[in-house]
Amino acid sequence: MALNLESSNVATRENRIGSITGYVGTLNDLATQSECGTLKGCSRCFSQSSTCLSGCALGQLSAIRDVAIIHHGPAGCSVASAGTYYLDKVMAKKRGVTNNTVYVGTDMNEKDTIFGSADALRRIILEVNKRYSPKAIFVTSSCATGIIGEDIDSVVDDVRDEIDVPIVAVHCEGFKSRIWATGFDISDHAVLSSIVQPPKQKRNTINFKNFYESARPEIIEIFKNFDLEPIFLYCNSTVEELSHISESLATTCICGTLGNYLGNGLEEKYGVPYIRTINPLGIAGFETWLREIGRVTERSEAVEKYIAEQRAIYIPQIEEIKKELKGLKAVLGMGPGYTFEVSRVLNELGIEVVWALAWHYDKKYENGDIPPSMEYLLENGVDFEASVADQQNYEVMNILNKYQPDLYLSRHPGSTVWAIKNGTPAVYVADEYMIFGYKHTLEFAQSVLDSIHNRSFEKNLARRVKLPYTEWWYEQNVDKFLEEAKK
Amino acid sequence: MAKLLDKQRYKCALGAMQTVQAITRAIPVLHSGPGCAQKLSDSIGSSGYFSPNIFPCTSINEKDVVFGGVKKLDTTISNALKVIDADLYVVLTGCIPEIVGDDTGEVISRYQDAEKPVIYASTAGFKGNNYKGHEQVIDAIIDQYLEKADEKEKGLVNIWADVPYQDLFWLGNIRELENLISELGLIPNTIFGYQRGISNIERIPKAEFNLLVSPWVSVGNMKKMEKKLGIPYLHYPTLPIGAYETSKFLREVGKFARVDEQKVESIINEHEKYYYYLIERYADMFLETRVMAKQFSVVADAQYALGITKFLVNDLGLVPAKQFITDDTPKAFQEQIKAEFENLNYGLKAEVNFETDSYKIHNEIQSHDYHGYPLILGSYYEKEITEDMFGHFLNISWPVQDKVVLDDFYVGYTGGIRLIEDIYSVAVQRWN
Repeated sequence: MALNLESSNVATRENRIGSITGYVGTLNDLATQSECGTLKGCSRCFSQSSTCLSGCALGQLSAIRDVAIIHHGPAGCSVASAGTYYLDKVMAKKRGVTNNTVYVGTDMNEKDTIFGSADALRRIILEVNKRYSPKAIFVTSSCATGIIGEDIDSVVDDVRDEIDVPIVAVHCEGFKSRIWATGFDISDHAVLSSIVQPPKQKRNTINFKNFYESARPEIIEIFKNFDLEPIFLYCNSTVEELSHISESLATTCICGTLGNYLGNGLEEKYGVPYIRTINPLGIAGFETWLREIGRVTERSEAVEKYIAEQRAIYIPQIEEIKKELKGLKAVLGMGPGYTFEVSRVLNELGIEVVWALAWHYDKKYENGDIPPSMEYLLENGVDFEASVADQQNYEVMNILNKYQPDLYLSRHPGSTVWAIKNGTPAVYVADEYMIFGYKHTLEFAQSVLDSIHNRSFEKNLARRVKLPYTEWWYEQNVDKFLEEAKK
Repeated sequence: MAKLLDKQRYKCALGAMQTVQAITRAIPVLHSGPGCAQKLSDSIGSSGYFSPNIFPCTSINEKDVVFGGVKKLDTTISNALKVIDADLYVVLTGCIPEIVGDDTGEVISRYQDAEKPVIYASTAGFKGNNYKGHEQVIDAIIDQYLEKADEKEKGLVNIWADVPYQDLFWLGNIRELENLISELGLIPNTIFGYQRGISNIERIPKAEFNLLVSPWVSVGNMKKMEKKLGIPYLHYPTLPIGAYETSKFLREVGKFARVDEQKVESIINEHEKYYYYLIERYADMFLETRVMAKQFSVVADAQYALGITKFLVNDLGLVPAKQFITDDTPKAFQEQIKAEFENLNYGLKAEVNFETDSYKIHNEIQSHDYHGYPLILGSYYEKEITEDMFGHFLNISWPVQDKVVLDDFYVGYTGGIRLIEDIYSVAVQRWN
């Protein structure tokens, strides 16, 4: 990719890497069309609410310790600050550190939409800096400020002299992209352009992009075997830590969608290799990933030794539990960074994927290749029905109703609840490390078993609730409202 | 003008989608960006018959910003009518269509003869907060759906209270208000929560009067109904919590509705007997808990700041330190509300600040001498500073992370007891 750190604007995933949110077909067709360049996403003439890219962008940035987020817009845009406050407190407490990050809004009103409010924003930035002395300041826009043309770049440039920490404009208009993951790119861009410094020395560190670092202690232990030290990003990161990530030996990520912008950016700008394998979920994923880290950091021998030891402990147990999972049918709905990874793990465990929904699909990664998770499935002869839908619940329910699978897996809040209302057992694959490595693959297999062994909750509930969709809708094909791409 | 909103305690007007969500089988249809609904919903307790990810949404994109989103709004409404099984479709406009000038009203007018009612409310985020948005939705129902009734139903009273979901206890509170009104021999009518919905909305015009229990939210709605539907209203500004205020509330409503005075007194007497049976048993706890100072602060919207202050002063004999109202109360109501805080037993007056900047609120709390371990009832933002002061913290206002409420309530005699239980469940965790 061509990284332009001079501009505060990031092109959307649609424009940069041809990402789409509307498709119904098969995995094979999706991949073939991506490769030969014929894939065009469809739009919908009926859609349900999904997610705002600003939530992804600012969720990432606000997890950094002791920074300030100034969200210039109406109170609804900055409402995520309430959740951020809670999350920052509890995540820091768990780590045994403190986090005094502040996330404020500007409560923009009707007059501001007419006359603009650049002066007020300027005062607010200075006041926040005075109150909290943050280590970095992110000034961000909203749909309303974007449309009226409020020039947050100029305001930021204007106050820069008065503020002695990094300050950067972050463009977060929600209408810009239907792909909320564009928000991850926006946050990475802000970090790369304002905080990361050129390397002064090399360190034995690996940048590890994740969400909530639940597996932090065990990954630190694993990497000790290879004399490597992981730096987890961005939850509980400090600005000082981030300024040095250009000095790491490599960058890796628990979710390709989350990390590809940062990984590619660090590689392009500072030559830090980005580990582009399938993700460390399941057996093949974990081993492929570890081996690549071994190769890139020249530690293959230690990695092979570790793999052999761990296989001896876990593979027999996983083989044992597979006997009970064999023949189960699953539908899954997740971001593309997980859908095709989890599909591989389900296949490994003997669970048949009958339909996989990805909340969006990146035709190509920043380096121009099709996503490795997809490539792996195709090379191993796995195919299933697949669709791309930005959390369109009515499509999920239509599919669940038609296929009546044994299991629905989803990663996003508010999705699994609808499966259980349909009477389908569901596993909420919330934690990004839920299927990480041998140990969590075994745990995951066990949770799947537990979920289908006791179906009381979903059966009790499903028997008593009415679903919110009409009979008419259940009789339609899932692609009913997809419109042909107009390009 | 834009201001520093530090630790915000409200959402924007589009947050009124939760008001719609609280009306069973009514669905918000959002003419907004794709992520507004998710942002404005609460992460727990939102998965009812409809949840935010069921809400149809035009998911405005860059093209719609340039060319307008009217066509997309039209297909979204027409297909929502086919796909979603609802009784009432409430189109809510977000910031974008209102800035670019989409004529939402014109699109809605195409659905006048639709099988199900379709109405709309202007709830652009920059038009105010979710308290205001709540009023906009009720106004929309009055303006676009209700007609004056030919005849009234004897004893029928519409009850209105604060904002669903923003108010953690909205469901339990409104049910308990219904129970109290029923005891007076009146017939309560409310539109929110379990087994309430379109048929209750249709019944609104037949009521003999509207009862509004809120310091300021919905006063405008009451006036509108008085004018359009000929329904007089009783505005009771204090959320009645505990015996003192609830008895006063029953007397006032009884008087307004011309309920026999003796009947009212006998209802009050029955309730107070049981209430004081409980208080008597736990009087030792009030007196002998070593760790509770006599002074307290509430940081909440006007409803809870006022209701809880009156309860703690008039029922439990505590003394108010400064109180903080965080809902951006319109200026026109502030004097009136202030006067209520100055009307406490024994001539006590509580100083009250209308403040949306939490930095200032926290500074004031931290610099006040509570003469012991303070009791702070507020949002999750007050947890840490209260702990720093070795005080007792109860999370009663939004944002809430420290408490799960399914249908608990603080209204009425029973509600007062529940609040005591909650406060002392915190206090008894410590010895000194």
